[in-house]
Amino acid sequence: MERRSTGFWLLTIFFGLFLLFLYGPTITIGILSFQGPGGGLTFPMQGASLHWFRDLFREQAVGDIWGAFRRSFALGLMVMVTTVIVSVMGGLAFRKRFAGSGILFYLIIASLVIPSILVSLGVGLIFNQFGLRVHWASSGFGSQLTWTLPFGLLIMFAVFNRFDKSYEEAARDQGASAWQTIRFVVLPIIAPSLIGVGLFGFTLSYDEFARTLLTAGSYNTLPLEIYGMTTNVTTPVIYALGTLTTAFSLLIIGAFLLAAWAGAKRRARLGSDAGKGV
Amino acid sequence: MRSGQDLELVHVTKRYGGTVAVRDVSHVFANGSYVCLLGPSGCGKSTTLRMIAGHESISEGSIVLDGHDVSRLEPARRGTAMMFQSYALFPHLSVRDNVAFSLRMKGVDKAARHRAADEMLELVDMTHLAERLPAQLSGGQQQRVALARALVTKPRVLLLDEPLSALDPFLRIRVRGELKRLQRELGITFIHVTHGQDEALALADEVVVMNDAVIEQAGTAREVFAAPRTEFVARFMGGHNVMDLDGTRFALRADDVRLDEAGLPAVVRGVEYQGAHVAVTAMAGAQEVLALVPEARFFENPKNPGDAVGLSWDASRLHRLTA
Repeated sequence: MERRSTGFWLLTIFFGLFLLFLYGPTITIGILSFQGPGGGLTFPMQGASLHWFRDLFREQAVGDIWGAFRRSFALGLMVMVTTVIVSVMGGLAFRKRFAGSGILFYLIIASLVIPSILVSLGVGLIFNQFGLRVHWASSGFGSQLTWTLPFGLLIMFAVFNRFDKSYEEAARDQGASAWQTIRFVVLPIIAPSLIGVGLFGFTLSYDEFARTLLTAGSYNTLPLEIYGMTTNVTTPVIYALGTLTTAFSLLIIGAFLLAAWAGAKRRARLGSDAGKGV
Repeated sequence: MRSGQDLELVHVTKRYGGTVAVRDVSHVFANGSYVCLLGPSGCGKSTTLRMIAGHESISEGSIVLDGHDVSRLEPARRGTAMMFQSYALFPHLSVRDNVAFSLRMKGVDKAARHRAADEMLELVDMTHLAERLPAQLSGGQQQRVALARALVTKPRVLLLDEPLSALDPFLRIRVRGELKRLQRELGITFIHVTHGQDEALALADEVVVMNDAVIEQAGTAREVFAAPRTEFVARFMGGHNVMDLDGTRFALRADDVRLDEAGLPAVVRGVEYQGAHVAVTAMAGAQEVLALVPEARFFENPKNPGDAVGLSWDASRLHRLTA
């Protein structure tokens, strides 16, 4: 085998550290969530059990985990759908230059650099000013969109940059109306990216903290609830919650990969002459 | 031959801001003919095609088909169909659904549109691959699907934007034969944009040479090759020498130049074996002359770079250029 340079090994060690930093915490929490019934929040493990997972499904002394999960899930879906619809429309609009398009673009992107906690504070303030009730589904929803919409729009810019306009011309040539072109050609072609934008919007909302902190009102979302629990709950049940939500995310990703793999396998049955000179 | 069914461009101009892409072009495309729009990139040939298709608005003038001004109509209402350079097959639809797309947009029910699509696929010999996605096809197969998709709309004029440029050279020659055969069978007008003169010569009933936003010359392939009107056409078609004799510019076909001791003295600069011919480049003073010498004749008395030769030709073969 070829001799590797010192630089290679240094960079490999650096990369190993990076991976450890990335996944170490998750793995640590994963291990600690199987703590025995008598164990605490830190090592050493007092035996191994599923005790804290069972505990998770019982009535909690503090916090309303399942209520918070339901709210976060619903809010995530709301943000996801809104982000996809508005980003696609925005992306379509920005494909052509129009008067003020540059300024409008910077206005949208600026909301990404404003500190999240200030957005939260401001939205809460405005709602109070107008005598509106601060609630996760109104003020919380709005303040999360200030985060997900610019991201979604940026992704759509990248998507439409690569989009071959001749698909649309071919559709018009074939007699499709403007709407039919969007419905039957543009949307199906960019569908994989839309799933990406959707999942991205959902994830950003699902673990959003700062922007929701002062806009959620009396009912907490899951991140707020977990943060509250870290100061009150002193048992590994909080780790069990962490492990469970991570497993849930992995399950969803796995399902998508499986569907993609099955689709590719089904198509492959038809054979391919791609790249051949026939 | 004028008929009421021709496609006609009447003083068509296309401007993009300050630049003119197509300048005051008028031309009649005879019904049922195979026309090649030939020219270098940026000459306006693609813009012209796209204006006929309706994918580019026209700045001035009009486009008439079947006696109707179609210049303001939607692309699908003009009686034209376009085949795109990269084919633009919809990647998410099967071959059959791609071909049936226009019928689906019209609201034709599934059974009927699949029947019509299958007929078209039969025509281009792609029936056996109807279930595949475009990504599973070779370039040549994609080209045939794109052709079927354009033809299913029953166009009067088929517009082809560099339809062979995505294919490798060997396949290109086979596919151009298929295009020509299909055009004969269907009897509709094909307008084919290309920058390859061999492609245009092989296919076209009429070659329209464009340069710098205008038509330089139009005529049968033979007319354009044998009797180029301008220096540009002579040079672009290739196989010609452009010579300055007594202040007049002439075109002289390279295969009309003979190597002959008695002729104009010159020095060989390069020799290139081309199979049927040998291309001999020689300098006669400051004038570079290309001679295409039949292979057998060349090897009776072979020449090398640096050799002195004489060049001769029949004066009747000199063809005076107007520009």
